[in-house]
Amino acid sequence: MIHVENLTRYYDDFCAVDGINLDVQKGEILGLLGPNGAGKTTTLRMLTGYLQPTAGQIQVKDFTIGPDTLEIKKRIGYLPESAPLYHDMIVYDYLNYVADIRELKNERKLSRIYELAQLCALNSVMHKTIGELSKGFKQRVGLAHALMNDPEILVLDEPTSGLDPNQIVEIREIIRKIGREKTIILSTHILSEAEATCDRIAIIHQGKIVADGSTQSIKQSAGRERTIYITLDNADFDAVLQKLEVIEGIIRIEELVHPDSNFLDIKISVQSDADIRKDIYQVIRQADWLLLEFRQETQTLEHIFRELTLEN
Amino acid sequence: MSPVIHIFKREFSAYMVSPVAYIVISVFLIITGWFFFTPFFLQNQAGLRNFFSLLPLVFAFVVPAITMRLLSEEFSVGSYETLLTLPVTFSDVILGKFLAATGFTAVMLAPTLLYPITVSVLGALDWGPVLGGYIGALLLGAAFSAIGLLASSLTRNQIVAFIVGTAVCFSLCLIDKMLFFLPQSLLSFFEYLGADFHFQNIAKGILDTRDILYFISVGFIGLYGANLAMQEKC
Repeated sequence: MIHVENLTRYYDDFCAVDGINLDVQKGEILGLLGPNGAGKTTTLRMLTGYLQPTAGQIQVKDFTIGPDTLEIKKRIGYLPESAPLYHDMIVYDYLNYVADIRELKNERKLSRIYELAQLCALNSVMHKTIGELSKGFKQRVGLAHALMNDPEILVLDEPTSGLDPNQIVEIREIIRKIGREKTIILSTHILSEAEATCDRIAIIHQGKIVADGSTQSIKQSAGRERTIYITLDNADFDAVLQKLEVIEGIIRIEELVHPDSNFLDIKISVQSDADIRKDIYQVIRQADWLLLEFRQETQTLEHIFRELTLEN
Repeated sequence: MSPVIHIFKREFSAYMVSPVAYIVISVFLIITGWFFFTPFFLQNQAGLRNFFSLLPLVFAFVVPAITMRLLSEEFSVGSYETLLTLPVTFSDVILGKFLAATGFTAVMLAPTLLYPITVSVLGALDWGPVLGGYIGALLLGAAFSAIGLLASSLTRNQIVAFIVGTAVCFSLCLIDKMLFFLPQSLLSFFEYLGADFHFQNIAKGILDTRDILYFISVGFIGLYGANLAMQEKC
């Protein structure tokens, strides 16, 4: 559906996007993740034909950005960050205007605006000026704007930024509803949001894609090891070390020393493909140690994100 | 239908709902009305020459005030991004906005049609120069709108756009009044650049292609420049 090759963009000397390659399949929801200033918005702006790439190619279906930008614009619905719309227009007038530019037929126009008002829950504000709407409603008007001609591809730049928790849930529900039929690319720096709404995630850092795949596969590929923490009483470290070492799959056993703790805290690093919790428990049961705590930590997306984007 | 029409419709109705537009119209009517009718009864002549001789200078201030928000506001609000990701081209946007500004200038001129009507009641009015004057006023308004649009495309600050636009329009009006500084050989060249010179020709009732061509070229240069400025932003 969308094919991006070696996409690069400079602002004067500053390289905002540095050779991105990306393929998006039909019906996929792709989340672009990254810290502020990573190049997410620039990438999306180039995808929608607003910015010219310095180098590289973007193909949407059979069209290429550059010669067929207009054709691509007809097929993409775009919601820019914080939905910058005309403040002095009434919501209905604005949607009407978008429908006109999107070349909706007169018969279809009214029914489409009605549908969108239902979908984005805009009924109560249709007669209000956009400037006086709350942020959440503005965002929804922006969403209706993007959906006007029922585009095959929807590009959303931080659709939930600045909204309150209820509004975030509402917008997410709308996105998921739409996402059943459409290809969606959305950018966000809220990780839980990406995990909740996206099929696939691409993490961008300093203009480059540093991870790309489903949440699961990113976790697996980045998570080289998992960690098990146990807290024991009535035991000493050397004895524990001796007994645990024989279990297969353990990389490293360390004692965590807390000055104010009378218990033995142990951190065990384990290969990510091995589940040795049962074996450890068996060992503990056979000894006369008292088990106070036993927990396993797999790497969350947050860990991976921090690891990938905190370098330099 | 081309997006130009829809952009025109939006911009034009944006003018008609904004209070600024009515303030501009009022100021325009008060200034022209005052300067036209004050000496009118003293001169005891049934003509609109006074009105048209002053018009370019008034337009030099009023038209940039009309055009200043066209693109600057879009840049500063950010709606420019929403607009340009709709299926429109740069020239659609420029043309739509230009037509809206010119249309609004025409609306602003419309009430002044009462002047010739009043005058024709009071005395024998020669309608030829009046007709020429209004055609010239529309051409002048269009050319100044294009310049104002160019000024607006250069900055996100409306005040700056207004000042730049006014400075350019004002110079074009006055350039043929300052010719005594210049050597003889350059006279006709600089005279040709003056907007006032061409406007007064038309306002005499003489429709010369040179004058019409002048306004069309000024308008074209303004629009083309605005187009380039917009592309530069992407």
